[in-house]
Amino acid sequence: MKVKILYFAGLREQLGSPGEDLDIAPVTTVASLRTLLMARGGAWQVALAQGRAVRVAVNQEMAQPTTAVKPGDEVAFFPPVTGG
Amino acid sequence: MPVRVQTQDFDAGAEIAALRARNPKIGAVASFIGVCRDANDGDEVKKMTLEHYPGMTEKALEKIVGEAGDRWDVMDVLVVHRIGELRPSDQIVLVVVTGAHRREAFAACEFIMDYLKTRAPFWKKEETPRGSRWVESREADDEAAGRWEKRSADAA
Repeated sequence: MKVKILYFAGLREQLGSPGEDLDIAPVTTVASLRTLLMARGGAWQVALAQGRAVRVAVNQEMAQPTTAVKPGDEVAFFPPVTGG
Repeated sequence: MPVRVQTQDFDAGAEIAALRARNPKIGAVASFIGVCRDANDGDEVKKMTLEHYPGMTEKALEKIVGEAGDRWDVMDVLVVHRIGELRPSDQIVLVVVTGAHRREAFAACEFIMDYLKTRAPFWKKEETPRGSRWVESREADDEAAGRWEKRSADAA
């Protein structure tokens, strides 16, 4: 399935990428997509490791690990926000 | 639109005057301005860069403004948040709430800032003499936002 992935702030720098269009094996949730990306190893394994404070948005709405991911979704990974 | 994300500076006086000019029923204006400090976590801050998530940031702010409107009887809300490079003493964010009376305007203004700090996708990177670093989120900000959850739970 195709999904659009975005990375922001420190995560974007750690991964050296603002995002990517991926064609991946079907995943069902935010948690399974995160696991799939971590399985790439290297920076992905470190930056997205469990215990790291990573927030996720699906189609520009804050998501939980159990939030569904469907083909064509935009999924963003980023650190806790620090605006204001 | 009550929500703007922009690189340019803002003029709080002009923004408030514009809101007041179109509504003679306004009896109270509460506003907050967040400003770039010259130090953070014990280090001098020379410059700060603010990043956002175009599209989601605006949506998140509009949602927060909408929630404030559901909770309090306010008239107009304006949120202006800057992005890009900022230096000490530069303005970062403006929140203006107008209403008939002060209590609702004060509360809505504080709520919007507390939620903005924890829910709107902005990230600050500071330049210090020891190099650049991403600002870490603070537990105190989560606690400040959490207070509003408790209040709504108590009321239910």
